[in-house]
Amino acid sequence: MKRISAARVVLMIVFAGMLATPAIMRRFASGRAPSASAHSDCQSALARYGFCFEEVSKQAGIDFVHEAPVLDPKLKGIMPEVASMGASVSIVDYNRDGWPDIYVTNSGVGSQNHLYRNNHDGTFTDVAAQLGIADVNRPGTGVSMGAVWGDYDNDGYEDLYLIKWGKPELFHNDAGKGFTRVTEDSGLPPWINANTAVWLDYDNDGKLDLFVGGYYPENVNLWRLASTRMMPESFEYARNGGRKYLFHNLGNGRFEEVSVKAGIGSRRWALASAAADLSGTGYPDLFVANDYGVSELYLNDHGHFHEAGAETGVGFAPKSGMNASFGDIFNQGKFSIYVSNISEEGVLIQGNNLWVPQEGNGLHYQNMARDLGVELGGWSFGAQFGDFNNDGNLDLFLENGYISASRTRSYWYDFSKVAGGNSSIISDASHWPAFDGRSLSGYQQKKVWINDGAGKFEDVAQAVGVTDRHDGRAVALADLWNTGALDAVVANQAGPLLIYKDVVAPGTDWIEFDLEGTRSNHSAIGAQVTLFWNGQKQVQAVSGGNGFASEDDRRLHFGLGKNSQIEKAVIRWPSGALQTMADLTPKHLYHVKEPQ
Amino acid sequence: MNASVTSAPQLAPAPVALWKKLLDSRFTPPVFITLILLVGNLQFGILESYQKTLLAIGVSIAGEMILARIFLGKWPHPSSAYITGISVGILLRSPAYWTYALCAAISITSKYALRFNGRHIWNPSNFGICAMLFLASDAVAGLSIQWGNNFAALIAIWVLGSLILWRARRFHITAVYVVSFIALSLLRARITGDPWQSEISPITGPMYQLFIFFMITDPKTTVRSRAGQCIVAFAVALVEFFMRLDSSIYAPLYALCWVGPAALFIEMWLNARHKRAAAPPAIANPAAARS
Repeated sequence: MKRISAARVVLMIVFAGMLATPAIMRRFASGRAPSASAHSDCQSALARYGFCFEEVSKQAGIDFVHEAPVLDPKLKGIMPEVASMGASVSIVDYNRDGWPDIYVTNSGVGSQNHLYRNNHDGTFTDVAAQLGIADVNRPGTGVSMGAVWGDYDNDGYEDLYLIKWGKPELFHNDAGKGFTRVTEDSGLPPWINANTAVWLDYDNDGKLDLFVGGYYPENVNLWRLASTRMMPESFEYARNGGRKYLFHNLGNGRFEEVSVKAGIGSRRWALASAAADLSGTGYPDLFVANDYGVSELYLNDHGHFHEAGAETGVGFAPKSGMNASFGDIFNQGKFSIYVSNISEEGVLIQGNNLWVPQEGNGLHYQNMARDLGVELGGWSFGAQFGDFNNDGNLDLFLENGYISASRTRSYWYDFSKVAGGNSSIISDASHWPAFDGRSLSGYQQKKVWINDGAGKFEDVAQAVGVTDRHDGRAVALADLWNTGALDAVVANQAGPLLIYKDVVAPGTDWIEFDLEGTRSNHSAIGAQVTLFWNGQKQVQAVSGGNGFASEDDRRLHFGLGKNSQIEKAVIRWPSGALQTMADLTPKHLYHVKEPQ
Repeated sequence: MNASVTSAPQLAPAPVALWKKLLDSRFTPPVFITLILLVGNLQFGILESYQKTLLAIGVSIAGEMILARIFLGKWPHPSSAYITGISVGILLRSPAYWTYALCAAISITSKYALRFNGRHIWNPSNFGICAMLFLASDAVAGLSIQWGNNFAALIAIWVLGSLILWRARRFHITAVYVVSFIALSLLRARITGDPWQSEISPITGPMYQLFIFFMITDPKTTVRSRAGQCIVAFAVALVEFFMRLDSSIYAPLYALCWVGPAALFIEMWLNARHKRAAAPPAIANPAAARS
């Protein structure tokens, strides 16, 4: 009897210990991440992390504030949710002056998009109206959701594909002096409700093709709804979204839609896409992050795709994919894939995915986001890999925050009760309770995770100066001022465009490559550079659109750390040509033309 | 979430005995919930990973074995712990492994730590999940999203679940709760002005399928009388109604967590009072009584 009593006392102590465990774990975790909420000045961030960001949009002459779309009045109650996208940013050197320019979209009917020309002195001037790519949100044509740039006719200047909920638009770049709208002759369909597109040369014929991923079905006009049954049929298994398009470049300014013929036939709700040769075939594979469902990985077999999401591991557990970006985070010459999702304490913890390729036969990925510390962001959107402190390891910049309205009232309860319901309920907008000024994962902190090179990322956003709480959507990286540092441009939904200028502590090296295709597409999209230095290697690819509603600068930036000894750079062009460069010097930007 | 317990057959020819054993009602709920899990995961990928669910099941069964051996002096039937573990594996959502192990451990330990008059008073997984949602909201969430869109699958689960409950003579609990939930949802829609579909919506989701077929019908933590069970089911729906008006996302789990033990305490108090009333009056003067 005494033995049982003693055991019961022990049991109660153990039970109390179990109940206290979450608090202990929380304390342990917060002790390990002291920087997460600690603001600090640039000097101490430089000393501690080797870099800091300074928000310089005002000094740069940019005062852009995104305007959210206003859709059919039938959606009035849930307008903040259905009109929650449209802020985008893409980097392009449209006039080939060697300095990156910035294009941002606006999403109100009648609102203007902006092209900020780089003045080489730290400032920018909006030239969109002057060049003919500002007034692109006219009534009846839908509104902008994003933009991707690619030289589809190989004339040396980057052309513009405008992603819209509405009439998609293609603008030809007339030698950097203006843009001509060529939509009607290009063969594009009259209406697509898309949030993502990516330029890629899927058949390696030297001409850029275009993938466009539909979100809402293409027969839905969001300003004149025939029915309110236009929402996803499920929060995690929806297949009633927009169709996908693969526009094959015919070479005469026209495109032929070949998605089904090429093996792409999905109606999931695509939000982000990116292309690179992940499987080593020499052809670009296509990764699509879908909202309300699993991601899709289309492996490219010499111009024909097959969807391999489930077999490679990336397409099994359905979440809310909102980003697709590639990065060689372990310096192994292989791309990992970062997909953002939703995490809200106590409500929904999907966790972001970091798909890391595994050793062995065939292509297989494992989600290592938790192990590496990049799993929990918030309601996450755009993310980009880049070496912000030039230490030779790729860091990660993540945007968070969905709808910031009331600071005290949340829509999460109403969201969760409908999101868990049957398709007949969730798919009809009229069944959703009104927002009434409430927030949904609003005012969230951003993440700047620095990679220690040993398998751990640490969030230093607050410490390095990324302290805004806007509803972040797109982030694009570029060395805006040719200083050898990777700046971040952030587009916020219904918020300001922010430019985080990267200030790097002295003593670290870098190298950049600006590629120009000859046999391959002129933009060199799909080209891969593998840099070998200090006994390690890192691969990067030229992208035709990545992240969420964004496109990084064409130029590839490698941080090298201290006392760098560069062995060589190997460039694999989309044409299949291999080019090896030796005698490379750090702190240089190399313009490389594909050998004929 | 314990399986209902009825007496198992004693002697029978081998094949018949096997079938009867399989139909032993202690096995029925585990088999049913496992089927839901497997079909759901194979068809829709409802689990982040099998490992987390297996971890919860393993911790739950191991905990039950150890604690029952120490405190009850016997090896228990594993079905109850199995259901607790699998329920934790399904209803808890977290990227971390430790949360599943801890939730299963809290659930099982609560059966032995929180007892009154020799009975455990909380449904183990209900207590464990509520504890985690309350204490570790930064690390866990409940299952609040949909499994697929297939109405046929939903109906199949409801029909099969209802048949099993009917056989176990507990269908009335689920029926009262469902009818109460729907009626109170319509009332809530009138009060809040929200579409009635949004108020009905949760019961078409997977969390409720587990809640109404496994959690509120748990024989060990429900009151004994049929009328009492109906009253408790209604009370759970009623408390949930008020919690939902206060925008509590996990209202049904919390409602059961409050109402279940309260109902048991009331039942024990009433039983004690009846016993006292039925007992012969105390003899004040033994001598007089003898005379």
